[in-house]
Amino acid sequence: MPKRRLKELCINKEWCKGCGICIEFCPKGVLELDTQDKAVPVRNEDCVVCRLCEMLCPDLAIDIVEEEEAE
Amino acid sequence: MPVKDYIRERFFPHIWCSGCGHGTVLNVLIRVIERLGLNKSDIVIVSGIGCSSRIAGYLDFHTMHTLHGRALAFATGIKLNRPELNVIVPMGDGDALAIGGNHFIHAARRNIDITAIVMNNRIYGMTGGQYSPLSGYGIFASTAPYSSVDQSFDVAELAAAAGATFVARSTTYHVNEAAQMIQKAILHKGFSVVEIMSQCPTYFGRKNRQGDAVDMLKYMRDTTTPIGSGAKGQNPELIERGVFVNKELPEYCSAYDEVIRHAMEGR
Ligand SMILES: Cc1ncc(C[n+]2csc(CCOP(=O)(O)OP(=O)(O)O)c2C)c(N)n1
Ligand code: SF4
Ligand code: SF4
Ligand code: SF4
Repeated sequence: MPKRRLKELCINKEWCKGCGICIEFCPKGVLELDTQDKAVPVRNEDCVVCRLCEMLCPDLAIDIVEEEEAE
Repeated sequence: MPVKDYIRERFFPHIWCSGCGHGTVLNVLIRVIERLGLNKSDIVIVSGIGCSSRIAGYLDFHTMHTLHGRALAFATGIKLNRPELNVIVPMGDGDALAIGGNHFIHAARRNIDITAIVMNNRIYGMTGGQYSPLSGYGIFASTAPYSSVDQSFDVAELAAAAGATFVARSTTYHVNEAAQMIQKAILHKGFSVVEIMSQCPTYFGRKNRQGDAVDMLKYMRDTTTPIGSGAKGQNPELIERGVFVNKELPEYCSAYDEVIRHAMEGR
């Protein structure tokens, strides 16, 4: 199976309440809290598209967009 | 469909506190409904009153936000009248098992095809942190400042004893497992109960010195184990997660239809 690749990791800053759940439980440490206590992706290249952050987020603030598989 | 197609976006950001597990239950439920490919207008969400019960307002299906503890009574009426619809009843632990305890056991006993999701944060969140029948011995609450002397129900054991034909438990830490349990429960024909252990950092977490939402999720990770695991043998205190009951019995609406057919025969 080809490696899954991240196209975009969108955080809805209006909805994020800075609980830190995505940051703590991302297996690859992709996210951090910014100075306004909002989650931001900082190491997109390490993301394995497991979508754990997307489903754990209590505020529905994370949207993971996967790269379409190459032909 | 993207998540936004399943919610009433005008009510977001939602009212729940930062890190509230109820938001994760909402998130998981949406993913399950997306996976099952259910038509939005074939789903009815019926809730009572509580922080948890607010979930009905956020979902863009048929929804009813009813009375504290009475959601299953309303849901029973809807299901009997429109058995082709998927009726899902998310409830708080107080809503389901304090004021609503009688509705809960009798819905289970009848085996009506409804999916009950108990969002168990072991406290009354909405009204300021009073203890619930699921708080348990030794737990601190605004009504138990010296700790509770009440024992708690085990939701899964209670539901099974009352006759529910599908009973499962997971947590807001184990989101993929929780999704599987809710998916099986929705597909099950009969009364299904899924307990999702959830965190209320604002009251339960603070009063019981369990820390913030992240700490509470770690706590659920470390104090639960899959049914029948070796870890349970070593540490009987661990709470089991998984499917406890999955059996077939006549479903209430179908049985009722049979009676009507039978009664009409000689006419
Ligand atoms: C008949 C009635 N009694 C009491 C209340 C007050 N009340 C509102 S929510 C609630 C309990 C909420 O706790 P729970 O059901 O566990 O949900 P949570 O808020 O923790 O999600 C109570 C007692 C009410 N609204 N109606
Ligand atoms: S889990 Fe959601 S709300 Fe919490 S910090 Fe991450 S994006 Fe923000
Ligand atoms: S999808 Fe998985 S690896 Fe990627 S940021 Fe989310 S949790 Fe981390
Ligand atoms: S009071 Fe507790 S249950 Fe209610 S929204 Fe806040 S964290 Fe959630």
